[in-house]
Amino acid sequence: MSDVTVSEPQVDTSGRPTGRLLEVDNLRVEFRTRDGVAKVINGVTYHVDAGETLAVLGESGSGKSVTAQTIMGILDTPPGFVTGGEIRFQGRDMLAMSAEERRRIRGEGIAMVFQDALSALNPVFNVGFQIGEQFRVRRGMSRADAKKRAIEMLDLVKIPNAKQRVNEYPHQFSGGMRQRVMIAMSLALDPQVLIADEPTTALDVTVQAQIMDLLAELQRERQMGLILITHDLGVVADVADRIAVMYAGRIVEEADVHELYAKPAHPYTIGLLESIPRIDEKGQQLRTIRGLPPSLLKIPSGCPFHPRCPMAQPVCVEKVPPLLQLGPTRASACHFAEELVSRD
Amino acid sequence: MTEKILEVRDLVKHYPVTRGVVFKKTIGHVKAVDGVSLDLHRGETLGVVGESGCGKSTLARVLMNLEKPSAGWVNYRGQDIYAQRGADLRRLRRQIQLVMQDPYTSLNPRMTVGDLIGEPFEIHSDVAPKGSRRQKVQELLEVVGLNPEHINRYPHQFSGGQRQRIGIARALALRPEIIVCDEPVSALDVSIQAQVMNLLEKLQNEFGLAYIFIAHDLSVVRHLSDRVAVMYLGKIVETGTEEEIYERPTHPYTQALLSAVPVPDPTSRENKTIIRLTGDVPSPANPPSGCRFRTRCWKAQEICATEPPALVTRPGSDHPSACHFAEKREIVATHEAA
Amino acid sequence: MSDPTMGSMVTPPAEQPTVPATTVAPDAGTPRRKEKPRGLLGDAWYDLRRKPLFWISTAFILLFVLMAAFPSLFTSVDPSHGELSRSRVEPSANGWFGYDVQGRDVYARVIHGAEASIVVAVLATIGTVLLGGTIGMLAGYRGGWVDAILSRVADVFFGIPFVLGAIVILFALNPPGSTRDKYSIMGIVVASLVILTWPVSMRIMRSAVLSTKEADYIVAARAMGAGPGRIILKHLLPNCLAPVLVYSTILIGSFIGAEATLSFLGVGLKSPVVSWGIMINEAQQFIRVSPFLLLFPAGFLVVAVLSFVMLGETVREALDPKLR
Repeated sequence: MSDVTVSEPQVDTSGRPTGRLLEVDNLRVEFRTRDGVAKVINGVTYHVDAGETLAVLGESGSGKSVTAQTIMGILDTPPGFVTGGEIRFQGRDMLAMSAEERRRIRGEGIAMVFQDALSALNPVFNVGFQIGEQFRVRRGMSRADAKKRAIEMLDLVKIPNAKQRVNEYPHQFSGGMRQRVMIAMSLALDPQVLIADEPTTALDVTVQAQIMDLLAELQRERQMGLILITHDLGVVADVADRIAVMYAGRIVEEADVHELYAKPAHPYTIGLLESIPRIDEKGQQLRTIRGLPPSLLKIPSGCPFHPRCPMAQPVCVEKVPPLLQLGPTRASACHFAEELVSRD
Repeated sequence: MTEKILEVRDLVKHYPVTRGVVFKKTIGHVKAVDGVSLDLHRGETLGVVGESGCGKSTLARVLMNLEKPSAGWVNYRGQDIYAQRGADLRRLRRQIQLVMQDPYTSLNPRMTVGDLIGEPFEIHSDVAPKGSRRQKVQELLEVVGLNPEHINRYPHQFSGGQRQRIGIARALALRPEIIVCDEPVSALDVSIQAQVMNLLEKLQNEFGLAYIFIAHDLSVVRHLSDRVAVMYLGKIVETGTEEEIYERPTHPYTQALLSAVPVPDPTSRENKTIIRLTGDVPSPANPPSGCRFRTRCWKAQEICATEPPALVTRPGSDHPSACHFAEKREIVATHEAA
Repeated sequence: MSDPTMGSMVTPPAEQPTVPATTVAPDAGTPRRKEKPRGLLGDAWYDLRRKPLFWISTAFILLFVLMAAFPSLFTSVDPSHGELSRSRVEPSANGWFGYDVQGRDVYARVIHGAEASIVVAVLATIGTVLLGGTIGMLAGYRGGWVDAILSRVADVFFGIPFVLGAIVILFALNPPGSTRDKYSIMGIVVASLVILTWPVSMRIMRSAVLSTKEADYIVAARAMGAGPGRIILKHLLPNCLAPVLVYSTILIGSFIGAEATLSFLGVGLKSPVVSWGIMINEAQQFIRVSPFLLLFPAGFLVVAVLSFVMLGETVREALDPKLR
C-alpha cells in the first residue's frame, strides 16, 4: 500500500490532528546474530488514524513487538538493523529524521505502554517523580508543578487517593495499579498515538478488564490512535476497530474487526480462530495448526505459512503471496484468499 | 459416578511471616490455602480456577507432597498421603505426577531428553528393568508426539510446546493414576496451546488418567474439565460440574470472573453483561473477616463481614456455593459448538 | 531455533487437525546410524575432543606434570650447584637459560622448580574447591541454621588477612631452622592455603546452589520422589559447577604466586628446594641488568597458568549444552 498519498496533517477545530497519524510502510528489520541473519520484519505496512484502535495480532516471534520498538526508535542496534521502508508520523519519515527530532516525537507524538510494568518502572524513585520527570525535562516545570501534574495524571487513570499514592514506590502498587501508573506516564505529554504492547498479558482477568476499559475510554476521550499489540484474540474482539494479523514478520491479513471474525481470509487466521477454546462454547473440538512457527533464520520459501497450511499448493512454495486488497477495508496475503472469502 | 480416588479435606497451608535472623519471631501468617476440600474421581478432570494469589499453586505443591499441610488431610485410595514413609511413599508418588507451567525452567538444562524422561525409571528402579528403559523412553516420546530419535538432544533445542511435551512424557513414565497440571498451557502460544490441550485429552482417554487442572484461564478450564472449583483467597467459593459453573454460576465472584473473560467474537460486544470488580485482591496475610470476597462484592451486607459463608448447596441452586446471597445468573450465553 | 520439522515439504491439502507435524523425522527414510543414548559427561567429552584449545592446554599441563614428576628427563644438571664465576651469565649454548647470581643453571632450576610450584598450586586448588564446594553445597542445600553457622564460620576465616594468617600457621608448624623435609613443608603450605581461601569457593557454591535450588526442575525432581543424593549430584552439581570451575582456574595461578610469597617471607619452602616463586623473587633485584633471570621462570608460570585457565574454560563450555 505504498501508493497512499502523503497528505499534510489535518487539524480539527480543537487543534488536535485528525486523519492518518502514523504509517508504517514496507518496513524491514533484520537481526544480525552469531547464528546468521534473522529476518524479523519483512515488509510490514500498516497505519493508524486518529481515534482508531488498530490491533496487531501475532504469536511470539511474529515481529509485532519489534515493529513497535522500531516505531519508538528503541530497537537494539546491534543486533537489530532497519534495512528498508519508512515510518511516517503525520506524513514525515521518522527514519530520516535527526535523533533530536525523533526524541521530540517520542512522548509527545507517540508513547508506549509495556507489558511488564514492574520492570519498566524504576524501583528507587517514587511514581510521582517518574511521571513528573517528563514535565520537568520536556516542559521545564518546577518540581512542585510537576508533582501537581503527576497527581492529575494518577487521577486520570483512576488511581484512588492519588495525593498520597504519588509518593509511593512501584513495589507498593499491585500489578493492575502499576499498569495504570505506566499508562499515566505514557499519556503525560498528551501523545497522539499510543502503542500498548501486551498491556494486560501479565494481569488477572478481572484486572485485565479494568485496564482495557481504561485504555478504551482514554483513547475515545483524547481521540488518540491506539495500536494494541497482543496475542489474545478475545481482547482484540472487544476493543479493536481494525486488526492486522502478523506471521513470520509479515502482515498476512488486515481487516475490519467484524469481517475478520465473521469471515477470515487467511488460513492462519482461520487456524488461530479454530484453535482457541471459547468460554461460550460447549463440546468444542479444538483444531490445531500443525507444526511450529518457522525459525526466522530460515523462513520457508514462498508463503511462510505453507509448511503448516492445510490448503498449501505448489504455487505456495514458489511465490510469496502479496498482501492483496479484497475490499475497501480488508486485505489478505494468501494465493487463495478470494476462494476463502467466497466459500461459506 | 466412577470411584473416588483422591479425597482432600479441610486442607490448610499457612506460611509464617517472620522477622529477625537468629531469633525468629512469627508476626503473622500468609493463609495461602485455608480449608479446601475436594474429591477426584477416576478418569475425570477437575479444574481449579482462580486469579494469582488465590492459592492454587500452593494447593498443587501440597497435593504433590512437596510441602506438608498445616492442617487437614489428603487420602489417595484410602491412605493418608502425608503419613507414608520410605517405600510406601515412593509407591504413592508413582501414582500422582506433576506437570509444571514453565517449559523453559522445569527441565534440567544439562540433561538430555533421554535422561530427563528416563529419570523416573531411575528413581523408581523397580518399575522397569535397566535394559528396557531406553525403549520405554522412546515409546513415551512417540506417545507425546515427539521424534523418538531425539533422545540425545537437550531441552534448549526444542520449542516451548515441545518442551511441554517432554514434561508430559516424564509425568506419564510411571503410569500414574493422577496428574496435577499447574498452568500447563499458559506459557504457550495460542496455536501451540491447542496442540498440548488435545494431547492431554488424548492421553486421558488412552491411559484413564485423572487430572487436577489448575489454571487461571477460564476458557481453557471449561474446555478440559468435567468439574470445576473456583478459588478466591485460599478458599473454594463455588464448585460444581462444568455446566453448573459456567451456565448457572451463583457466587458473585464466579459471575464477575466469567463476565470478564473476553470472547473472541466482536458481535458480543453490545449484548455482553459485564460485571466490573473494583479494587484488587486483598493480601492473603490479612484476609477480610467473614466472606473474603465482601470487600469487592456488590451484594455485601453486614452478615458478610461477620459470618463466613459455608460452601453448601442453597435453595434455588443445584451446586455448592459459598455465598450468603447465592443466586443463579446467566453470564455466558453458551451455545453448542458447531 | 534449528528445528528439523521446519523443512517439511508441502503436503496435499488434507485436514490434519490433531496430529502435530513434530513427529516427522528430518531425514525420514534414510537409514541412520543407531544413536546410543549419551549423558552430559559423554557429550562433554565428545565436544572436548573436537577442540584444539583443549588439546593444546592439556599438552602443556602434561608437560609440566612430567617436569614435576621426572625432572631428570629434561636435565641432568644439579639445580643447586653454583659457581660464582658464571654469576649472571647470559643464555648461551651451554646454559640455555643462562646462570643466576650464584652461578646456578637457570634451565635446571626452572625444571626442578616445576614440582614445588605445580604440586602446591594444584593440590591447594583441589583442596580449596573440594572443601569450599562441599561446605557451600551443604549450606545452600540445607539452609536454615546449618547455613547460618557455616556461613559465620566462613566469615571468620574470610576475615583473616591472608599473609598474616599464613605466617602465623607456618611459623607455628614450620619455624625457621626446623628440619622438616620438602614434602612435609609442601603439605603444610597446601594446608594453610586451603584453610585461608576456602570461604570464597564456599560462597560461590552457596550462592549458585541457592539460586538453583528453587528452580522448577528441582521441584519437579522432588515431586517425582528423588532423594537428596540424586538432587545434589544429578541436578544441583552440574548446574552449579561452572562458576566454581572458573574461579578454580584463576586460583591455580594465584596459588603459584602465593607459594612464592611465603617462600620469600621465609616461612614456606627453603633453599635448596627450588620453586618458580623463589626464582622470581630472587630475580626481581636484577630485573634491569639481567632480565632473563625473571623472564624464564615467569614465562613458565604464565604458560602454566594460561593452560589451566584455558582448560577450565573449555571444560566449562563443554559442560553447558547451550554453548555447544
